[in-house]
Amino acid sequence: MARVVAGIGLSHVPSIGPVVDRGRQGDPAWKPLFDAYVPVREWLARLKPDVAIVVYNDHGADFLFDKYPTFALGVAERYRIADEGFGTRPLPEVRGDAELSTHLAESLVYEHEFDLTVCQELAVEHGFLVPMNLCFPHGASGWPVACIPLQVNVIQHPLPTARRCYKLGQALRKSISSYEKDLRIVILGTGGMSHQLQGKRFGFMNEAFDQMFLQKIESSPDELADITHQEIMEQAGAEAVELIMWLTMRGALSENARRIHRHYYAPMTTGMGLITFEDGQPKAM
Amino acid sequence: MGIALKAIPDTSIFDLRVSRRGYRLNKLCASLCSPANREAFKQDEEGYMPGFDLSEKEKHLIRKRDFAGMIDAGMNIYFMLKIGSVTGNGLYRMGAQMRGESYEQFLGTRNIQGAV
Repeated sequence: MARVVAGIGLSHVPSIGPVVDRGRQGDPAWKPLFDAYVPVREWLARLKPDVAIVVYNDHGADFLFDKYPTFALGVAERYRIADEGFGTRPLPEVRGDAELSTHLAESLVYEHEFDLTVCQELAVEHGFLVPMNLCFPHGASGWPVACIPLQVNVIQHPLPTARRCYKLGQALRKSISSYEKDLRIVILGTGGMSHQLQGKRFGFMNEAFDQMFLQKIESSPDELADITHQEIMEQAGAEAVELIMWLTMRGALSENARRIHRHYYAPMTTGMGLITFEDGQPKAM
Repeated sequence: MGIALKAIPDTSIFDLRVSRRGYRLNKLCASLCSPANREAFKQDEEGYMPGFDLSEKEKHLIRKRDFAGMIDAGMNIYFMLKIGSVTGNGLYRMGAQMRGESYEQFLGTRNIQGAV
């Protein structure tokens, strides 16, 4: 039986891509961020997940406004690297797990009433790739895990509510647990934290809000799922609504999931948060 | 704003009304996700724009590199990054302009200026 072994909430800031591609992880301005992921990768190496389900959003690379799905699930055997307007990054194609994707699509639609858009072709960009760079660096033979992209509309209102994203995570957990193969699965919820990238309020960040969010996603996610888009945008900037995708990750974990890592770094215009949870452990007595 | 959303000062909330207004501008930007189109835009911007049914005012915003104006005209920030990149205006340069600051002034407001 497949099961969720871990969940990770993390930011997917595009400027991290060129830093990785140019090997600048040790630069003083970037070192604090990359250092935080060293223990995360060691932890993941011990957990040995088979599949990463990456909850992310596209930024106008593959999903355009002619048709914009609220939730879109990749069901392919492989995913191309997208050119999002700055050239295609030198990264290996992403290996999918079409069989698991198909099970998830069927279970989510038939059993849990999440009527997803399904994608036989999907090209991934920084929203997906930066979290992969940080958690699962690729080698000569490709990426160390199979991946399933789950794209969420967080850029064109009406967006799904935070509660809906949380419920999607809960449904995802049930769908995973009804899959016959013995797979270890990690869920990545990506995006944010506080940032606003347009208007006179460009560059707005709010560390107090971000720390609150990190605390609550650990201790009281159900309460956090009541947060509105308006509250997030007012307190953390218009583009911070990406944070609702972290709730899908948290919804996919059990109540007694144990928090392992937590980090925060806000160098330029985005609060870059990191939180990890380990799941599937017996409840502490 | 529609149901559940209220205006926030100095902020564009990209809803369906804004998206409809900026549809052609965003479509032009999306086209810049191919090296051949980026090259064509760089070679002949005036020759590139007519393919997108832009109004004269929208073309003017592109000619002037008026990023605040583009946002007001319905551009989505993530799509605007593409025309920013092709015209040599990265996110922080566009941001400085939208704030009404020089690039250097803007960098001076950041926690770690080297993280660019």
